[in-house]
Amino acid sequence: MYILLQQLVNGLILGSIYGLIAIGYTMVYGIIGMINFAHGEIYMISAYLFAIFLALAIMFGVHSLPVALLITLVFTVIITGLYGFVVERVAYRPLRGSSRLAPLISAIGMSLVLQNYVQIAQGARDQALPPLYTGVFRFGSAEEFVQITHIQLIIILVTVVSMVALNLLINHTSLGRACRATQQDRTMANLLGINTDRVISLVFVIGAAMASVAGMLITFNFGSFNYFIGFVAGIKAFTAAVLGGIGSIPGAMLGGIILGLSESMFAGLVNTDYKDVFAFALLVSVLVFRPTGILGRPEVEKI
Amino acid sequence: MNPAAAIKDALIAAFIAGTLFVPIVGLILDEREVDFQLTRAAIVVALVFLGRLLMTLWAQTRDAGHQANTPGRFTSAVGSVYAALEERARIVVPVLVVVLIAIPFSPLATNYLIQIMSLTLIYVMLGMGLNIVVGLAGLLDLGYVAFYAVGAYGYALMAQNFGVSFWWAIPLTAALAATAGCVLGFPVLRMHGDYLAIVTLGFGEIIRILLVNMTKITGGPNGMSAPRPTLFGLEFTRSAKEGGVPLHEFLGIAYDAKYRYVFIYLITLAFAALAIFIFRRLREMPIGRAWEALREDEIACKALGINHTTTKLSAFTLGAAFGGMGGVLYAAMEGFINPSSFTFIESAIILSIVVLGGMGSVMGVIIAAVAITLLPELFREFQQYRMLVFGLAMVFIMIWRPGGLLKVRRRTFVRGDMPAEPAAGAAD
Repeated sequence: MYILLQQLVNGLILGSIYGLIAIGYTMVYGIIGMINFAHGEIYMISAYLFAIFLALAIMFGVHSLPVALLITLVFTVIITGLYGFVVERVAYRPLRGSSRLAPLISAIGMSLVLQNYVQIAQGARDQALPPLYTGVFRFGSAEEFVQITHIQLIIILVTVVSMVALNLLINHTSLGRACRATQQDRTMANLLGINTDRVISLVFVIGAAMASVAGMLITFNFGSFNYFIGFVAGIKAFTAAVLGGIGSIPGAMLGGIILGLSESMFAGLVNTDYKDVFAFALLVSVLVFRPTGILGRPEVEKI
Repeated sequence: MNPAAAIKDALIAAFIAGTLFVPIVGLILDEREVDFQLTRAAIVVALVFLGRLLMTLWAQTRDAGHQANTPGRFTSAVGSVYAALEERARIVVPVLVVVLIAIPFSPLATNYLIQIMSLTLIYVMLGMGLNIVVGLAGLLDLGYVAFYAVGAYGYALMAQNFGVSFWWAIPLTAALAATAGCVLGFPVLRMHGDYLAIVTLGFGEIIRILLVNMTKITGGPNGMSAPRPTLFGLEFTRSAKEGGVPLHEFLGIAYDAKYRYVFIYLITLAFAALAIFIFRRLREMPIGRAWEALREDEIACKALGINHTTTKLSAFTLGAAFGGMGGVLYAAMEGFINPSSFTFIESAIILSIVVLGGMGSVMGVIIAAVAITLLPELFREFQQYRMLVFGLAMVFIMIWRPGGLLKVRRRTFVRGDMPAEPAAGAAD
């Protein structure tokens, strides 16, 4: 029973991270219909940036941890967002309007570039961060208990805050309206005076910012990372996006949480080695029975 | 020319580059400290500044002056050379085949060179297989390496457990990989194309995870050995296993390890040629036309009565069969396989061979396969930068020529053009 509850908590944390990364995939796919393969690497870069800026802040004598974290957060989000912007500008924008495969190959190339660039610059070794907060809440008796670390609570809190902020941005601002219009019909939005290129750039920046929040949170929680973490996180998050219905932002979050929960349940109750196999099998079965994902709307093809 | 604007533009680019590169290149994480290496970052930023400046100036001169269209010139040059060769195919192809057969017998060919060439030919074959799936049928397969792994491990396991020989393993693993492709493709191919990409990607990962974790069967990360091929039962070892006869004893010549490399090279050459032949024939056949038609307009094809599921499935299955055979050849060449040869990077390499070469093109895929396997070997000293350069090449070739190096011109029917050989398809 307690194992089940503990895995529920772990799954929720993992799912929040997947959901945050999945937003980048789902928004980009919704707006230009491509799989942004380099997105996982953006997440990986944000983990590095987080550790670097935190170490810098502490070296320069910021002794209060919350202040240091806040400074780090701001810098990491801005620079990761810039990475998202530049990747789109360099690798995808020149290919707009060409075949469907060209931007995908370019994205795979960009993903290799980012991965190897970080590996060459920062070294291939695993990086580790010391545990920053060690506080824990425990429920249950002394032998059997469910524990939630303070960091895990912060993760859930930050995820909720960023989701609410994103929701406000998309549904209640003129920028968000432009985003939605571009997603529905790019040509029409263009005709109505929306600078769709700028909207697409914005979507890449938002996606990268969300991924950077995820990267910071996961580094904050586990403390270890290397240049290769982006690949697996990337495919898992894309799986989450498809699971929830690609193109739908609430779907990405829901898909992430379902994937995280079922994966950690499987890992806790059945077998850890095959949890990735389980995640993909889940994806295939969802696609067979509900091809548009959980919240996706069926696609109507016009002739 | 407007140098001031160009400099301003380059300064903006340098500023952005500085923001991006200083933290990652200039501040190196070392345990809990940060190691400052700002000169490295400064060099990178300076390079970006210069590169952007030159690019803008070049673009300005081009706009002001004549419209030089290099990609077009390139296409027509390569196209006309290729068309000229194509016209003399009866001479060119046999000469090429003789040269390729003769290469390993020349004194210059070292074992290393022969092995690299065999690997290139395996990639040509894999490229042809994936070309059916991606180039002709337009199905994006990101987990092609799974079928390659099924072939390689299928051969190793069959040889170990049932004593299946190399020559029997080729058709058996081709059937095995085709079955795997059929089982995977059937539920997915009915759906929208993009889902196929992620499902095949997931399938590739599943196969790799199974290979790593099923330690008792596959040897896990340590891998397993695969037997070498034999020629009518003659082995290529110094001393034969029980009952076997080594080739050099049979022929009464001195033992040389080179024979084995040459033999495998000739096998891969034969299979690559077969793959090219099959690919070219398939493209002309009704099924090939159906694949291409389906790629262009699925709804129209459905309306014309083409069963889109079985048509796509046939492409996917055939591609998988090629992948399986490629896997057997790889396992037989290396003599040893482990899961690290079957990662996503491998799928990406094969896919980029197809896309960089030009989807649906035969010559383009051959050129790309040669370039992608040989160039890294030439730049072994820059090993560290190999994958970085490879990624950059993928991005820039796509920007420069989104259709691949040799873009396939579609066969078109022109009225009054009927009696002669249609000129279209000249660039393959």
